[in-house]
Amino acid sequence: MRVGIVTFPGSLDDRDAARAVRIAGCQAVELWHGDADLHAVDAVVLPGGFSYGDYLRCGAIARFAPVMGPLIDAANGGLPVLGICNGFQVLCESHLLPGALVRNDSLHFICRDQRLRIESASTVWTSEYEVGQEIVVPLKNGEGGYVADEATLDLLEGDGRVVARYLEVNPNGSRRDIAGISNARGNVVGLMPHPEHAVEALTGPTTDGLGFFTSILKGLVDA
Amino acid sequence: MARVVIDVLLKPEILDPQGKAVEGALTRLGLAGVTSVRQGKTFTLEVDGEVDDARLAQIHELAGSLLSNPVIEDYVIREVTA
Repeated sequence: MRVGIVTFPGSLDDRDAARAVRIAGCQAVELWHGDADLHAVDAVVLPGGFSYGDYLRCGAIARFAPVMGPLIDAANGGLPVLGICNGFQVLCESHLLPGALVRNDSLHFICRDQRLRIESASTVWTSEYEVGQEIVVPLKNGEGGYVADEATLDLLEGDGRVVARYLEVNPNGSRRDIAGISNARGNVVGLMPHPEHAVEALTGPTTDGLGFFTSILKGLVDA
Repeated sequence: MARVVIDVLLKPEILDPQGKAVEGALTRLGLAGVTSVRQGKTFTLEVDGEVDDARLAQIHELAGSLLSNPVIEDYVIREVTA
């Protein structure tokens, strides 16, 4: 199982994402933003960070990177893609996921261990979780407020495409406490908190994040 | 050499926390009666040659995809000068 991790100029969490992938039992494959080739990977993680310095809008310039051409086509064809934090922003800018992520309503950069509730176990990235399961993973963002129009939010809720929701506190003003969503097919997931930082007791608050990376293994084995 | 000026603003229904912060500061500094501040971006493009209809159409296309995100923002081409 080969999972590609894309590095953009300014990516920050690509190494942690690769480590999480390896801990989950997959092979991590480095993908480069300027290389319009997915090198036959079975899944892709768009990691967190500050691609292109967050200039213009978060993810707006990365969305047009050469690697995104084949990635968008492959995602539309069913390739599992997980976008974390900045990766979620890139997925929204690419229109692979609806809505957008805007400045936190508090205007503060938030860094905390965040409790979430898994709302969907039917995506390829969350099949190892139970619906309603509560997990704690790090959250760190300045522009994590999820927004979409009411019709889109209703559609996401109605189709079970809200993947995770913030519990206890809404850290960034996200509509309906949304922390993560998926596309209709369930192969593309965007998540603002960071499961890749919660895969080992030594370095994370929990190991609750590992399920995102083991889910993909299960999904591909089942298929 | 032509110049094209494009303004990008958050849509009215999108919360603008930066605008809110500026609004608070203006009021604190004694400007009475400020009811709303929206903070946007201005792009000034210096372009070689003439901006004809085809080029303007291309600028519209990119203003609506790269320079603004239509999910949350509106753009206006404010000025085209030869």
